[in-house]
Amino acid sequence: MTAIVRPDERGRFGDFGGRFVPETLMTALGELEQAFEEAWHDDAFRAELDALLKNFVGRPTALYFAENLSKRLSGEAADGSAKVRIYLKREDLAHTGAHKINNAVAQGLLARRLGKRRIIAETGAGQHGVATATVCAMFGQECIVYMGAEDVQRQALNVFRMKLLGAEVRVVESGSQTLKDAINEAIRDWVTNVETTHYLLGSAVGPHPYPLMVREFQSVIGNEAREQMLEAEGRLPDYAVACVGGGSNAIGLFHPFYEDDVSFIGVEAAGEGLDSGRTAAPLSAGSPGVLHGAYSYLLQDEGGQIEEAHSISAGLDYPGVGPEHSFYKVSERAEYVAATDNEALEGFKLLSETEGIIPALEPAHAIAHLSKLVPTLPDDSIVLVGLSGRGDKDMDAAAKALGVHLT
Amino acid sequence: MTSRVRAAIEQANAEGRVAFVAYLVAGYPEPDATPALAKALVEAGTDVIELGLPFSDPLADGATIQRASTQALQGGMSVQRCPGLIREIRSAGVVIPLIVMTYYNPILAYGQDGFVKDVAKAGADGLIAVDVPPEEAHELSEGCQGAGLDYVPLLAPTSTDERVALAVRQASGFVYCVSVAGVTGAREALPEELGTFLDRVRRQTDLPLAVGFGISRREHVESLSGRADAAIVGSAIVEVIEAAPRDEREERLQAYVEVLTGRRQASD
Ligand SMILES: Cc1ncc(COP(=O)(O)O)c(C=O)c1O
Repeated sequence: MTAIVRPDERGRFGDFGGRFVPETLMTALGELEQAFEEAWHDDAFRAELDALLKNFVGRPTALYFAENLSKRLSGEAADGSAKVRIYLKREDLAHTGAHKINNAVAQGLLARRLGKRRIIAETGAGQHGVATATVCAMFGQECIVYMGAEDVQRQALNVFRMKLLGAEVRVVESGSQTLKDAINEAIRDWVTNVETTHYLLGSAVGPHPYPLMVREFQSVIGNEAREQMLEAEGRLPDYAVACVGGGSNAIGLFHPFYEDDVSFIGVEAAGEGLDSGRTAAPLSAGSPGVLHGAYSYLLQDEGGQIEEAHSISAGLDYPGVGPEHSFYKVSERAEYVAATDNEALEGFKLLSETEGIIPALEPAHAIAHLSKLVPTLPDDSIVLVGLSGRGDKDMDAAAKALGVHLT
Repeated sequence: MTSRVRAAIEQANAEGRVAFVAYLVAGYPEPDATPALAKALVEAGTDVIELGLPFSDPLADGATIQRASTQALQGGMSVQRCPGLIREIRSAGVVIPLIVMTYYNPILAYGQDGFVKDVAKAGADGLIAVDVPPEEAHELSEGCQGAGLDYVPLLAPTSTDERVALAVRQASGFVYCVSVAGVTGAREALPEELGTFLDRVRRQTDLPLAVGFGISRREHVESLSGRADAAIVGSAIVEVIEAAPRDEREERLQAYVEVLTGRRQASD
């Protein structure tokens, strides 16, 4: 598959994206861009990546018809079938439990090609950190993961997993002590060690070429779903729905359908509510500016200082978003909505109870939006949902939020 | 129009000195502390002041300036207050050139055109935007030119010769040469390869070269003699301010900078 939407030579999707970093990194970003373009057009690289995705990651992941959920939300037709059919793209079944591994394997392979044996990464929920640590263990690369102190608390299980995999976890105490600050520290490390180090960025954010590269590496989600959908239904879905933190699972699901008659809905984290001042929804409640090397929507005050994000889900707790989503928003190719912490918890319970699938709190936001969307749809609509990860990592946080004491 | 910044550096060089550029975090440690600190810098023989307008997510800064930035922002410093603060510094009698150094997002939030005009009107002489590489700097550098501000680009040891060419084309006042691949912060020694990097930049421009990042001692400044035209000190100055009791702050800052400029022998 070839890229449908390409950024311009400055790395811009429309007005959004670009490269706003200290000069020290500019040469490395140019080299990375060139290495990525060469690798991506190199059959040997693609074959090696495909083999790893199949045998190490366990792809293709299943496309699952969530019949119980479909009936619960849309009701039954006269013949007993669901009026609206919801399909889940099961990234929760990928190795390490989330879509993050798709990008981590591909960038790990690229780092090997660049001859860089020291890998650094940031992580929020810990899923990208675990994916990176996993890939580094497999490739024999040194791995350092930056993680905010607050996230180290709420995602303790993933900290243990990373250490078990041989990674060093560096706790970030600055700023809001979450994903934003972990990215700041990772970039500072990269500025200092750029000659020897690859920064394995985990979402479709950051300076060009990261948003493009991560999208291409995650497009395996949408490419597979497209084929599987045609096989299952003989047609494409009417909607594609995914949660948006930095936006990698969403853009990976959406982009292969860009030219099709498929409506995209990205679901951000509203936190305590879009008007509460405690949200993580830059596309819904923010304005454009520059953070972490790209021009895109973000949460900021009137003086351009970045505001802290708030979400129950560590993976969505970020005040920025990938530039391609900003482009989809202003060009109206996609619609962006938001789900609150409480709605996400409802979605978390709903999928667990109806389908026997415990989602991560991030895609629980996408599930939550289905409760609003599906009842409004005409009969025979098809909705494709990105189930970006499984909920094991969130048991502590969810129990706490639901008022359950684990002993 | 000849640049006041360039003239100040060349004047120092004519006196046989490496020019001294001192960095202050605007609004640190308290919102109203900056004018008196700027005066102390002048007393100590500073040639150019860099006024750092704090940003919440300073990617190019180490722990010291991060800490000071956070404190300044908590004290109410903002891009909107920046022109007013420059006026206060000028009213306090500081006449040496002053350059605003910041990140792109506060400038964008204020509005690029309005920002360069307003800080120029308030008495600033130049602008440094840490996270705006030459590829993205056309509007900003032209805006500065129109407002009568010098636009000072940063170059790093990792900058290729092509990138050096791109940057110096937009530059005026001086060129900021980052001494090491890394973030701001006081360091023990300057890297050995610095000379090669400075030679590469020198080959492409007649503008003064200023070296920053890591400088904290008189011997660092002296070692630049003959290789660069100015030394920039930031984190080490913040550390002196941080460590000083409030009523001795200006005095200690002045004493420290006098050592750096060679006006006073180090006491230890
Ligand atoms: C399961 C899961 N989904 C989604 C996300 C959000 O990231 P993105 O928006 O890049 O897909 C994360 C991030 O940690 C995650 O772990």
